[in-house]
Amino acid sequence: METIISIRPLLAVLVTLVAALLIIFTGEKHRNLRESWTIFASIIKFSIVLSMVPFILDGKTLEFTIISLAPGVSLQFRVDQFGMFFGILASALWIATSVYSIGYVRGLNEHAQTRYFFNFALCLSATMGIAFAGNLLTLFIFYEMLTVATYPLVVHKETEDAIMGGRKYLAYTLIAGVVILFAIIFIYTLTGSLDFKPGGFLLGHGSPGTLIFLFVILILGFGVKAALMPMHEWLPTAMVAPTPVSALLHAVAVVKAGVFGCLRIILYVFGPALLHELDLWIILAYFAAFTVIVSGMYALAQDNLKRRLAFSTINNLSIIVMGAALLSPSSITGAIFHIGSHGFMKITLFFVAGAIYVKTHKENISELDGLGRQMPLTFGAFAVCAMGVAGTPPVCGFISKWYLALGAIEAKEVVFLFVLLISALLDVAYFFPIIFNAFFKSPKEPVNPHFDEAPMRMVVPLMITAIFSLILGIFPNAFFNFFNLASMAAGKILGGM
Amino acid sequence: MATEMIPQSPILVVIIPLIFAFLTLLFGWFRRNLCYPITLVALSLSFFASLYTLHTVITTGTIHYYLGGWKPPWGIEYVVDHLNGFVLVIVSFVSLMVAIYSKRSVEQELPEKIVFFYCIFLLQVTGFLGIVITGDLFNLYVFLEIASLAGYALIAVGEDGAPFASFNYVIFGTIGACFYLLGVGYLYIVTGSLNIADLSQILPNLYHSKVVLVAFAFFLVGVSIKMALFPLHVWLPDAYTYAPSSVSALLAPLMTKVGAYVMIRVMFTVFKPYFSIELIPVTTILGWMAAGAILFGAILALAQIDLKRMLTYILVSEVGYITLGVALANRNGLTGAILHILNDAFMMLALFLVVGAIMYRSGKREISQLRYLHRKMPLTMAVFVIAALSVIGIPPTCGFFSKWYLILGAIDANKWIFVAVLLVSSLLNVILFFRCIENIYLEPMAEHSSVGSELAIKREESPLSMLIPILIAGAGILSLGVLSGKIISTIIQFALPAGF
Repeated sequence: METIISIRPLLAVLVTLVAALLIIFTGEKHRNLRESWTIFASIIKFSIVLSMVPFILDGKTLEFTIISLAPGVSLQFRVDQFGMFFGILASALWIATSVYSIGYVRGLNEHAQTRYFFNFALCLSATMGIAFAGNLLTLFIFYEMLTVATYPLVVHKETEDAIMGGRKYLAYTLIAGVVILFAIIFIYTLTGSLDFKPGGFLLGHGSPGTLIFLFVILILGFGVKAALMPMHEWLPTAMVAPTPVSALLHAVAVVKAGVFGCLRIILYVFGPALLHELDLWIILAYFAAFTVIVSGMYALAQDNLKRRLAFSTINNLSIIVMGAALLSPSSITGAIFHIGSHGFMKITLFFVAGAIYVKTHKENISELDGLGRQMPLTFGAFAVCAMGVAGTPPVCGFISKWYLALGAIEAKEVVFLFVLLISALLDVAYFFPIIFNAFFKSPKEPVNPHFDEAPMRMVVPLMITAIFSLILGIFPNAFFNFFNLASMAAGKILGGM
Repeated sequence: MATEMIPQSPILVVIIPLIFAFLTLLFGWFRRNLCYPITLVALSLSFFASLYTLHTVITTGTIHYYLGGWKPPWGIEYVVDHLNGFVLVIVSFVSLMVAIYSKRSVEQELPEKIVFFYCIFLLQVTGFLGIVITGDLFNLYVFLEIASLAGYALIAVGEDGAPFASFNYVIFGTIGACFYLLGVGYLYIVTGSLNIADLSQILPNLYHSKVVLVAFAFFLVGVSIKMALFPLHVWLPDAYTYAPSSVSALLAPLMTKVGAYVMIRVMFTVFKPYFSIELIPVTTILGWMAAGAILFGAILALAQIDLKRMLTYILVSEVGYITLGVALANRNGLTGAILHILNDAFMMLALFLVVGAIMYRSGKREISQLRYLHRKMPLTMAVFVIAALSVIGIPPTCGFFSKWYLILGAIDANKWIFVAVLLVSSLLNVILFFRCIENIYLEPMAEHSSVGSELAIKREESPLSMLIPILIAGAGILSLGVLSGKIISTIIQFALPAGF
C-alpha cells in the first residue's frame, strides 16, 4: 500500500476553521460578506477533498502527521477510501446546506445568525477531521469538538425546550465521550498504538474478556451519536434545532460521525477476524436489528414531521451498523454506501420539512393535507427521497439495500433479510401517508391552490439533492466513483483477513 | 576560578523581584505611577532569566549554584533540574501575566494602596520562585514563609470578609508551616544536614528510624495544608473568594502548584521513591485523599451561586488531580501530575482573570447575573469557554492531555476506582461549566425578538491591559494541548524523579 505525504487533509480541516474566524469577525453588520465566507469555504473545502480522490482511487493513502501527542500516537490524518467517502459526502452536502441555511435563517429572520454560521463551520471542520483521522485519538479529538460545536446549534432557539434539548444532548454525548476516552486509553495500554488498520489491529492483544468488554463499551459510546437504541433519546429531542441544523447535523454530520466511529471500531480496530473469533458480530447485528424494527414502529406514531424523520434516521443508522456487523463483502459495501445514499436522501427530507416550515409555519404531519398542490417541487422531492429511503428503485436507497440484502445472504443469516424487508415496509407505512395526503387529500383549511413555493434559496438545494439521489440510484459511480470507494474499502478490510 | 563559569541566571530569577520589591517602595514614595512599570520590568527580567535557566538545563543538564561560593552541605545551594526549571518558568510567566493584568483592577479595588500592593506582590513572587529554585530544606522554609506572609497581607486587603478569611488562612498556614519546620528540624537532628541532595544520600540508612518517619509525615501534612489538599483545604475558598481579583489570580494558579512541587520534591528527591512508595503506604492514603478532593471539590462547587467561589472549589478539585498523579506513583501518573501543574496553572489563570474582568466591568459575579456578558465582553467570554472546556477535559485543550496521562497512570496502576473518579469528575465539570455557559450565552426567548435587539447592548470589552493576559492564557490553553507531546518529550520525561 503506497502512502503519500500530503498536507491536503489538514487544509480541508483548516479551511472551515479559518472561515469560522472570518465569520465571527465579520459579524452581523456585514451579513452578505459573512455568508460569502461560508459559501467560499464550502466550495474550497469540496475542491480540496475532490483533489484527493484520484490518489485514493489508485489505492494510495494520503497521510499527514501534525505533531506527536504521546509515544506511538500522533495527531495524524490518514485518508483511506472509507474516510474519503465520508469526506466527499459531508463536504458536498455542506455546499447545499450553506445555500439552504442562508435562505432559512433569513426567511425566518432568526437571531444570533453569526453564532449560527460560526458553529456550523466549526462542525464541518470537526466532521472533516473525523473523516480523515488516522488513529483513534485524532478521531476522538474531533469527535468531541463536534459535540461541543453542535451544542450552540441545538440550543439555538433558546426556548425552554431548546435548552432542555441541549442539556440532554450534552448529557448523552459527553457521557459517551468519557466512556470512549476510557476505552481508547485502555486500548492504548494494551497495544501502545491507536492507528487504524483495515481489518483491525487488536487481534492478539488482551484476553477475550477484556476485548469483549472494550467492544461493548466502544459500541455503546459511539452508538450514542449513531442513536442506537436505547441511547437514541437525544436525537428526537434535539430536533428543536433549526431545520438546516437537523438536516446537516442530524442526518449527515453528527449521527454519521457516530456511525462512522462504529464502523471504524468494527472494521478498523477490531476487524472481522477478531469479531468472528469472539462471536461478537452476530450479537451486534441482532442488537442493531432490534433498533431497526423498533425505531420504525416509533416513527409511525410521530405526528411532528421532524420527529418522524428523526426516527427514520435512527432506523437507517442501525441498518448501516447492522450491515457492517454482518461482515460479508456485500454487506460492508452496502453499509458504507448507505452512509452516502441515506445522507443525500435524508438531507432532502429535512430540507423539505424546513421549506414547509418557512413557508407555512406548519410542523405536524396532520396539517400537511393538500399542501402538495401549493408546493409541488418540494413535495415532489420529498416523494422521491421518501420512496428511496424505503428502497424503491431507481433511487439510491435501492442500491444500498440491495447490497445489504445480498450481504445478509452471504453471511448465511437470512433473518436479517427479513429485518430489511420489514423495515422497508415500515418505511413505506410511515412515509406514504404523508405523500398521499399532501397530493390527494383535500385540505381541512383552505390552502393556496396555486404554485407558491418557499424561497428559491431553499428549493434549489433540495431539488439538487433529490436529483442526486436519483442519479446515484441509476449510476452509483456517477458521483466521483462513490460506489467504487465503498467497495474498495470493503475489499481492503476483508483482504486483511 | 571555576565559579566564574557558572551561569548567574538562577540567582537572578529570585533576586530581581526581591530587589525590585524594595525599589517599588522607594520609587512609589515619589510617584505612585512608577510602581506598575517597575513591577513589569522586574517580572519580565525574572521571566527571561528563568527561561534562560530552563534552556541551560535542557542543553547542559542540572545547574548547581552555590550562594556566596559556599559549598554544600554548609552553604545554601540552588539546584535547577528539569522539574523545577519547568515550574520556575510557569511561576514567572503566570506572575508576569497577572502583573500586566493588575493595573486596572488594582486602581479600581485598592486605589490607596497601590505602592504597598506592588511591593508585596513582588515579595510574593519572590517567595514562590525561591521555594521552587532552592536546594536547601531550610531555605525552602524561609521562602515558604515569605510567600505565605505576603499572601496573608494580599488577601487581607480584599473586600468585606477578607480580613476574617485571611486570619483563618494565617492560622491554617502557620500550622502548616510549623509542621514543615518540625519536619526539617527532625531531619536535621538525625542527619545534621539541610541540603536536599545531601539528605537524599544520608537518609536511606535511616529509613527505619521513627524520627525520619515522623519527619516525613510532618512534611506531608505541612505541604498538604499549604497546597489545600482535601480535607485540609478549608482555608482556601474564603481566602481566594474575598481576595482582590489580581491576588486571587496570582495565588490560585501558583500557591497550589508550588505546594504540589514541594510535595513531589519531598516524596521523590529528599526521600527515595522506594521509601515513599514501598516502605510506607503513603501513596495509598494520598490517592484516597486526592480522589476525595476531586469529587468533593466538584460537588461543593455545584452548590455555589458565586462564580468566583465556584472556581475556588474547582481549584480544590484540581489540586486533587495533581496529587492523584503523584499518588499513582508510576511513570504515566507522574507525567500527568507534572503536566497538570502547567495546564492547571493556565486554566486557573484564565478563569480567575476572566472573573476579575467581569467584576471590573459589572461588579457582579453571581452566576445568575451573568446574562448578556457574551455581547458585552465577547473575547473575554470566549476565553472563559475555552478554559471551561479545558477543565472539563475536551480535546484539543490542554486539560484533556493531563487527564489522558492521569487515566493512563491509573490503568497502569490497576486502580480502577481512580479511573472512575477521573471520568466522573469530567462529567461533574460539564454540569458546573455549562450551567455558567447557559447563563451567559442563552437568553430567555421573550427578551429577543428580532435581529435589531442584538445591536442594542453595548460592547464593553475588558480594558486592553486585562484583555491581553486573558487572551494569552486562552491561546496558551489551546496551544499547550497540541504541544503537550513536545513538552513531555523535551522536559517532563527528564523531570520525572529518578527511578521512574
